[in-house]
Amino acid sequence: MAELHLKSYRFRAEREDDWRRLEKLLTKVGKGSPRALSDEELLAMPVLYRQALSSLSVARATSLDQGLVDYLESLSTRAYFLVYGTRSNLVERVGGFFARAWPEAAKALWRETLASFLLTLAGVLAAYFLTLHDPDWFSAFVPDGLANGRGPTASVEAMRATLYDKGKHDGLSVFAAFLFTHNSGVAIFAFALGFAFCLPTAMLMAYNGAMLGAFLAVFGMRGLGFEAGGWLAIHGVTEISAVILAGAAGLRIGWTLAFPGDLSRPAAMAQAGRQSATLMAGVVVMLFCAGILEGVGRQVIQNDFARYGVALATLVAWPAYLYLPRRQSSRGGSVA
Amino acid sequence: MKSARKTAKAAAAAIAEPGPREDDRARSLVTPEGVDLKLRLGDAGERAAALLIDLAIMLGVLIAFALLALLAMIGSKGKGWEVIGTAALLVFFVLRNLYFVLFELTPGAATPGKRAMGLRVAARNGGRLTADAIFARNAMREIELYLPLSFLASNGDQVGAWVNLAGLVWCGVFVLFPLFNRDRLRVGDLVAGTWVVKAPTRKLAPDLVETSRPSVGRFKFTMAQLDAYGVKELHVLEDVLRRYEIKTIALVAARIRLKIGWQAAPDESDGDFLAAYYAALRGRLESRLLLGKRRKDKHDKS
Repeated sequence: MAELHLKSYRFRAEREDDWRRLEKLLTKVGKGSPRALSDEELLAMPVLYRQALSSLSVARATSLDQGLVDYLESLSTRAYFLVYGTRSNLVERVGGFFARAWPEAAKALWRETLASFLLTLAGVLAAYFLTLHDPDWFSAFVPDGLANGRGPTASVEAMRATLYDKGKHDGLSVFAAFLFTHNSGVAIFAFALGFAFCLPTAMLMAYNGAMLGAFLAVFGMRGLGFEAGGWLAIHGVTEISAVILAGAAGLRIGWTLAFPGDLSRPAAMAQAGRQSATLMAGVVVMLFCAGILEGVGRQVIQNDFARYGVALATLVAWPAYLYLPRRQSSRGGSVA
Repeated sequence: MKSARKTAKAAAAAIAEPGPREDDRARSLVTPEGVDLKLRLGDAGERAAALLIDLAIMLGVLIAFALLALLAMIGSKGKGWEVIGTAALLVFFVLRNLYFVLFELTPGAATPGKRAMGLRVAARNGGRLTADAIFARNAMREIELYLPLSFLASNGDQVGAWVNLAGLVWCGVFVLFPLFNRDRLRVGDLVAGTWVVKAPTRKLAPDLVETSRPSVGRFKFTMAQLDAYGVKELHVLEDVLRRYEIKTIALVAARIRLKIGWQAAPDESDGDFLAAYYAALRGRLESRLLLGKRRKDKHDKS
C-alpha cells in the first residue's frame, strides 16, 4: 500500500484546509476591495500567507507532486502581492503627493528645470528678435491654425480684438476642458519624448518658446505689448511653467538613460522615471488650473490690470509652493 | 484529433527521452520571509493580446459614449452641447491617459486585458508597486503606442508620406523594444522599474495518488523497475495522467511496460497501470528525496 507511506500525501491532507481558506480570502479581495474583508479575516491573512509560504518550501523539498507545487506557487504569489502590495488609501496617497512628493520631485529636478527654462527662454528671445527684424519669420514659428488671423499683416484693430472677448460667455467649460486635455496630452508627450536621449524634448521646449516669442513680437510692434502680456500671462505663467516642468521631467529620463551615474542603468532609470512621473502628475494638476484660468478666467476678466494681478499671484504661488524649504516630515519617502 | 496525436507523441517521446526543459522566463523573487516565488514573465504574445483586448474595450467605450452623446444631443435639441462637449473631451482624455493607470492601481495591478491573460504588473525590485511607477510606465505609451498609431493614421502628400515612414521606423525602436531584451521590458517598464509577470489563479488539483487508490494493490513493482525513471519523467507522467487522453495513455503505458519489462495481465487497463506506477514511482523517489537524493531524470545515476 504505497499511498500510506507517501509523506507528501499526508502533508497535503493536513494543510489543505488552510490553503483553501487563504484562497477564498484572495478571491474575495480580487472581487472587491481590501475592505471586503472583516477585521478577523484581515488579521488571519498574513498568518495564512506565511503558512502557505512554508508549505511551499516544504513541498518543493519533499513533494514530487508538480500540481501541488504549482498550486502553492500561485497561491503564495497572489498572497504576496496582497500582503506586500499597496496599503495606503486614496486620501492618504493624494495628501502625501501634495504635501511631500510633488515639491520634493520638483526640487530634485532643479537642474533639468533650469535647462528646460533656458531652452524656452532662448526660443523666446530668438523668435522675438527675428520677428521684430523681419516679420516674415512669424509664419515660420507659428502654424496658421494657431495664428488664427493674427500676424504681421493684420490691422491693429483686428489684433486688439483678439485680446478681448466682447461676446457672451458661451461654452467656456468646453474651451477650458479642451485646453486642459490638449495641453496635458502635449506635456505627457514631451515627457515621453525625453526617452530619446533628451533631443526631441529639448527641441520641443525651444520651439514652444519660439512660438511665444513670435506672438509677443507681432503684438509688440503694434504697441500692444502690454495688453498682449496680460492676455497671455493670466494663464501663461501657470501653463508655461507646467510645460517647462514637463520638459525637465523628460530631460531627466533621457539624461539618465545616457549617463546613469553610479547605479546600474535599469536601476537609475527606474529611480529617475518614478521621480519624473511624480513631477508629471503635478504638471497635469497645473495644466488643469491653467485650463480653467485660460478657458474661463481670461474670458470673464477683461481688465488688463486684473489679468496682471492674477498672473502675479500665480507667479508667486507656484514657486513658493514648489521650492520653499519646508519642515522635513518624519515619514519621508516617495508617494506610495 | 491531430493535436491529440501530437501531444500523445510528444509525451511518449518525453518519457523516452526528455529534452532539456529550460525555462528562460522564470525570475526569482525572494520574499522577505526568504522564499523564492519563482515568478514567470509574461511573453510578448500574451502582452500583445492583453493590449489588443484593452484597446478593444477603449474603442467600445468610445463608441458607446458617442451613441449616448448623440441621443442626448437629439433629446436636448442641441441645447446640451456644452455639457456634452465637455464630457466628451474629458472621457477621451481619461481613456487615453488614465485607463491603464487607474486599472493598474487596483489590488490586481492589471487592466482587464492583462487580467484576461493572467498577467499583472510588479515592481522589478520585489518591493511594492507605487503610483508614480504606474504613472511613469503608462506615460511612455505616448511614444510606444499613440505616436506610431498617429503616424499610421495620418495621410499626406508624397513628402508627408516619406516623413511618416521615417517617423514610423523611428517609433519602431520603441514599439519593438520588448523583443530585444531578456526581461521583455517595454520602454515604460524600463522607466518605471516594473515588469509584467504571470499571476495565474490555479485550482488545487486532486492528488493522483489519492485517486488511484483502489487499484494500486494489484500492482507490485520491483526496486529495479522503480529505478527506471527520475523526477523529470515522473512529472511528464503526472501531466499525462492529469490530461487523461486515451491515446496518450495507451502510448505511454506501452512505452513504460517495454522499458521496465512488465508483463501485462489480460484484464489490466492502461490507465490503472500508469496510475499505480505513478504512485509507486513517486513513493520511491520521494523517500529517496528525504534522504537527500533527488534523481533528476533517468540518466541520473546517483
